[in-house]
Amino acid sequence: MTFEWQVLLQDTGAGERYLDWLLSAWGWTLAVSACAWVLACACGALIGVLRTLPGWWRSLGTLWVEGFRNIPLLVQLFLWYHVLPALMPALRELSGFMLVVLALGLFTSARVAEQVRAGIESLPRGQRLAAQALGLRLPQVYRHVLLPQALRLALPPLTSEAMSIIKNSSVAFAVSVSELTLFAMQAQEETSRGVEIYLAVTALYVISAFVINRLLLTLEQRLRLPGATA
Amino acid sequence: MNGLFSLGSLGNIDFSFFNWLLVRDFLLQGLLFSLALTAIASIGGLLLGTLLAIARLSQRRWLSALSAGYVNGMRSIPLVMVILWFFLLIPLIIGQPIGANGSAVITFTAFEAAYFAEIMRAGIQSVSPGQRAAALALGLTPTQSLRRVELPQAIRNMLPVLLTQTIILFQDTSLVYAIGAYDLLKGFDTAGKNFNRPVEAFLLAALLYFVISFSLSSCVRRLHARCSQSGSQSLSLTHGTSP
Repeated sequence: MTFEWQVLLQDTGAGERYLDWLLSAWGWTLAVSACAWVLACACGALIGVLRTLPGWWRSLGTLWVEGFRNIPLLVQLFLWYHVLPALMPALRELSGFMLVVLALGLFTSARVAEQVRAGIESLPRGQRLAAQALGLRLPQVYRHVLLPQALRLALPPLTSEAMSIIKNSSVAFAVSVSELTLFAMQAQEETSRGVEIYLAVTALYVISAFVINRLLLTLEQRLRLPGATA
Repeated sequence: MNGLFSLGSLGNIDFSFFNWLLVRDFLLQGLLFSLALTAIASIGGLLLGTLLAIARLSQRRWLSALSAGYVNGMRSIPLVMVILWFFLLIPLIIGQPIGANGSAVITFTAFEAAYFAEIMRAGIQSVSPGQRAAALALGLTPTQSLRRVELPQAIRNMLPVLLTQTIILFQDTSLVYAIGAYDLLKGFDTAGKNFNRPVEAFLLAALLYFVISFSLSSCVRRLHARCSQSGSQSLSLTHGTSP
């Protein structure tokens, strides 16, 4: 079999080459992933804290985690895209990009929440008790004592979530966001050079995951909790 | 714009189209395919994954590297791209077209093998080296030791993780949407289009996936709790050095 890489220099018929389309699709993949990751970390930290509080706060957190964990991502994406705008007219203003970010971000937030909860629960009980004995109120206990330690303990699993998010962003093809997977499907159909197109797309996914892995490992080493073995 | 929730649109929700005929004509086939795909891919993936794990732990460098390359390669590519790759390549390799369903079965078996391989590798490593030494001292061959002594313990130690991975696999089967295979989600999608009720169809799809996944994961949790209760004694036997 011979490769015909010139296919990437062909014109798509819309005044650009397939290479340009590929690179803009890469940009969309990275943009979706980055926004979803920020949303996932923010929501996940909040829900993770809720899961360690007493009373009905904990139930709310559990409901959130079980709901987002037990429905397939693609089905959640369809809920955001087809169902919720029909029920909540305000959502009709949102673009496909925003809906994918919401779907992917909240889906991942449930997994982040579990890591944050595990981080908080792994701290010795004395940390919480000592903080309370010093007269700190509960929000202060979390802000000044528990979270600074727990979030740093949760960093390594969050790194692997960041790489999962890049892979999971590929479901955006189903709602026509022009990211790498949708590019792969459409360009394969138009050019019939599927192997070259898929190889290029796969390479970009692998490169993205690798670069992000390195970046976050550096961050991890900077923020490592002194003395923690995890 | 009338508020965040408009009661008018909520009032349009109507599940009356949902009846036994619809289940029979649209959903049953999809549900059976999703379940069959999960079963075949988890059993096939476990067998293939165990072989990959053994190869990974082998003394032969090239075998270990080959297995590591396969596992890491599969795990670094999005599942949707793997599905598309197989759908493109299988017909080129076998020289004749293959249906979306057949392609999905092969893809998921090959893909899950990579994930099960990592679990089984951890499982085999969790069995203390003394087990193997004792088996060899009793005169078992290395293959017999692996099959009769190490693997049974590895599988038992890893059972909760293996089952959790199978639930994830069940949810992931919905991604065969990318190549148009007729699974559970596609069944709901088609029914929604035919009756012009996509909102209700997707709501029911989400509910059904949730009920199946949630009840399975509750079972796994209970199993896990029982294992760690009754297993404390046998665990201290298998992990001689655990604190």
